Amino acid sequence: MHLVYPTVLASLLFAIGVYGVLARRNAVLVLMSIEIMLNAVNINLIAFNAWLQDTLLAGQVFALFIIAVAAAEVGVGLAIVLMIYRTHESVDIDSLTELGDAQGAPRGTDRAAAVAVEAQVR
Amino acid sequence: MTLAQAAPGYADVTAQEVIFILLGLVAVAGAVLVVTTKNVVHAALWLVVTLAAVAGSYLMLTAEFIAWVQVLIYIGSVVVLLLFGIMLTKAPIGGTAGLDGENRVAAAIVATALGGTLATLMVDAFRKAYIDLEDFTASGADETGTAIFQHYVLPFEVVSVLLLAALIGSIVLSRNDEGGP
Repeated sequence: MHLVYPTVLASLLFAIGVYGVLARRNAVLVLMSIEIMLNAVNINLIAFNAWLQDTLLAGQVFALFIIAVAAAEVGVGLAIVLMIYRTHESVDIDSLTELGDAQGAPRGTDRAAAVAVEAQVR
Repeated sequence: MTLAQAAPGYADVTAQEVIFILLGLVAVAGAVLVVTTKNVVHAALWLVVTLAAVAGSYLMLTAEFIAWVQVLIYIGSVVVLLLFGIMLTKAPIGGTAGLDGENRVAAAIVATALGGTLATLMVDAFRKAYIDLEDFTASGADETGTAIFQHYVLPFEVVSVLLLAALIGSIVLSRNDEGGP
């Protein structure tokens, strides 16, 4: 099998996952898109493992570890999403703007002054 | 195919390549539907299709143990977990238009540019690379298990600690009571 097929498939899946992360508003759908991206990486690892004929099977073992880490990531991520839902009554990530600058707030160098003012207020 | 060392051209397609391309088409189509469908539950079900097709492509690349782990962990538990998340966050189950943000066009441009660049790079870099699947037999579940428990025991144990930490973290995060046990 030509190595081009799995690597191009992985590239396409990764790009689709990037689109999902950027375009979706529901936090659970963003998590699904991240899963697609992780799967694209796994395809690459396994394809190169077969291409290099690695007798230690490093690619396959790394893919296994990525699957385990992805499971942990989904568990913690969904717990965080549930916390957000409990406090905000919504999982719309476009509406979670408390940590960003306020609309029309000064940016750049003025931001240091704003931080200083905030520190004084504290 | 017994053409030995010289990598076969793209004209003579092997059976594995045909199956792999079909599985890849299914995976890409399922992934596109995951990120574009208007129904949250349908997105989770299309994700199952994508993950199953990716598991099949692992099988075609001789990684049988990883393929079954993919079926068990991704399709068996991650998707169920995501469906639980959909239900617990009371996402609109019926078809709704508000699932996509207003920056959809920018996201499409970025994703197209990224996918085009990556695919072009891969085709350019690995045009002559050929995976000799007939020669690569040391890749069954037997060999994978030996590799994990002989050469990668320490990372394996670290992963188990990570899973424990994630378990405790999820429990702490999703506890309902405010103060004290």
